[in-house]
Amino acid sequence: MSKVLETIGLTKYFYDPIKFKVLDAIDMSINHGEFVSIVGKSGCGKSTLLYLLSTMDTDYDGEILMNEELVTGKSDKELAKIRNEKIGFVFQFHYLLSEYNVLKNVMLPGLKLGKFSEAEVEHHAMEHLRTLDMQEQALKMPNQLSGGQKQRVAIARALINNPLIIMGDEPTGNLDKKNSDMVFDIFNQLTLEKKQTLLIVTHDNDFAKRTNRIITMQDGKIVV
Amino acid sequence: MNFKLILNIAIHLLRARLKQTVVAAVGVTFGIAMFITLVGFMNGLNGLLDGLMLNRTPHVRLYNEIKPSENQPIALSEKYKNSTNFISSVKPKDRGKAIYNSLAIIHYLKQDERIIDVAPKITTPVFFNSGTIEISGVVNGIEVAPEEKLFQTSDYLVEGKIADLNQNNSIIIGKGLADKMLLVKGDMIKVTSAKGNLASLKVVGILQIGIADIDNTMSYTSLDTAQKILGESTNYITDIQVKLYDIKTAPALATEFHNKFDLDTIDYQTANSQFETGSTVRSIISYAVGIVLLIVAGFGIYNILNMMIFEKMDSIAILKATGFSGKDVKWIFISLSLIIGITGGVFGLVFGYVFSSIIDAIPFETASLPTVKTYPIDYNPLFYVVGITFALITTTIAGLFPAIKAGKVDPVEIIRGK
Repeated sequence: MSKVLETIGLTKYFYDPIKFKVLDAIDMSINHGEFVSIVGKSGCGKSTLLYLLSTMDTDYDGEILMNEELVTGKSDKELAKIRNEKIGFVFQFHYLLSEYNVLKNVMLPGLKLGKFSEAEVEHHAMEHLRTLDMQEQALKMPNQLSGGQKQRVAIARALINNPLIIMGDEPTGNLDKKNSDMVFDIFNQLTLEKKQTLLIVTHDNDFAKRTNRIITMQDGKIVV
Repeated sequence: MNFKLILNIAIHLLRARLKQTVVAAVGVTFGIAMFITLVGFMNGLNGLLDGLMLNRTPHVRLYNEIKPSENQPIALSEKYKNSTNFISSVKPKDRGKAIYNSLAIIHYLKQDERIIDVAPKITTPVFFNSGTIEISGVVNGIEVAPEEKLFQTSDYLVEGKIADLNQNNSIIIGKGLADKMLLVKGDMIKVTSAKGNLASLKVVGILQIGIADIDNTMSYTSLDTAQKILGESTNYITDIQVKLYDIKTAPALATEFHNKFDLDTIDYQTANSQFETGSTVRSIISYAVGIVLLIVAGFGIYNILNMMIFEKMDSIAILKATGFSGKDVKWIFISLSLIIGITGGVFGLVFGYVFSSIIDAIPFETASLPTVKTYPIDYNPLFYVVGITFALITTTIAGLFPAIKAGKVDPVEIIRGK
């Protein structure tokens, strides 16, 4: 089993208002095809950990390896490329671009990658939307969609470049029970059918219990 | 970097804020249009006024100045050689106004490739007789073809043709003179030279330059007729007028001719220094106003882009999270401001041209300028190039600071902050 993600002595401080250790020498790894959830009380540092792993936050001590390659210390441009190519994001608040329709929103990271032609990217995007049962909404604008639908578009966007790992920051935090279950089912299906690696931060214990592995955090440390 | 995608995102962002975008672009349009109109109008006026002077003034004039001898007899004395000599009551020496060996000099100057052409001239004070009244004036004896080529004298003719001067004993007189003496084309006029020679000439044309002092005294006749009035031989010439391809070389050439021909010379710049200053100041004012307008438009763009960045923080965060680097985001916002600049600028050029044409069509009739019917406009393409360049520079600078700011937006802060 190859390690998709690994951290060695990951430590992070907050300086405002006082110096405060948020993450304390975290060592962890995630294998290919795993569906992992991170749980913990509010303020335990689970979101902070996710942002470090996502390469968006670069202010930390220790090392992060992705696909057994060191990510720490790379330039802004290289990190942007890694996020584009290897990581798919699903946030709590959908974060779709309101200027584009659903299809274009899904296509955007694919167009940025530039590996396929626009027609091919569009084809892939439609396929992902179809598997998520969203093909009917492809030409709608994001503000015409419900919360659950927006989240499905965000998942389709996360999938467009066939990422190494999908990261979710409370992806069900803003949804009702029915939509939460639906999002979980989508994630679960991705792991089962496509061996997709998933790392989801959540405070929803029901959601976490059904994942392959639960990482519990407390005061900046992994307890289980 | 994928510029097509970046441009596409920029256009979508602009479309979402269409109203502000249009306002910003209109600011640029207004600035450029005003700049083009102002500069075109100012330079048109400059050209008109310069033309007034330039058309009638040679770039270099060769003549004999009446002045005292530089070498006084005392300088020859051995005895006082090492003394400082004071001579009082020195009088100017009359060397005659005629240029010695004038035909050879003219022939030599015509070979010079820096020179467009050479026009010989005789200037002499005369009296025009009207009954018992004598009016003092000036007769310019000219050679019609080169004079017309160099000074476009026919532009100022109210009546008659310049070529008619080639007839024997013909004269073209100033409008003021004609009005005073109640003369019309075809009448005869009596002229007395300073030496008392009397001649009777036929008025073949009337001239109006627009400067009353000149129109009241000026008259033109042919070189032959002038020589006849003065009773001089056919090589008698008092002035050699030279026009150059490059007017900037006039002072240097004036010095060169002075040394070569031992004649007094005066260049255009020295003769019209106050004119040059006026033109320069007018140009500076029009450029200054244009640039100020563009800077104001630049602040407008800066404001709108800044606002847009605050509104689009979420979009910037998501772009960065999905793999757009800070540089990409920076370029998105620079393209935004360039789109505003280019659209605004191009419309500005069009409107500038339209405004210029409108001014160009407004009647502007003044007695002093018979050939000018409407306000003068200079449609120099250089102004349009300068205009669009300024538009691009100001909008790029105005967009640069917000763009750098957008590039530095920390996505974690935005996503976390929700």
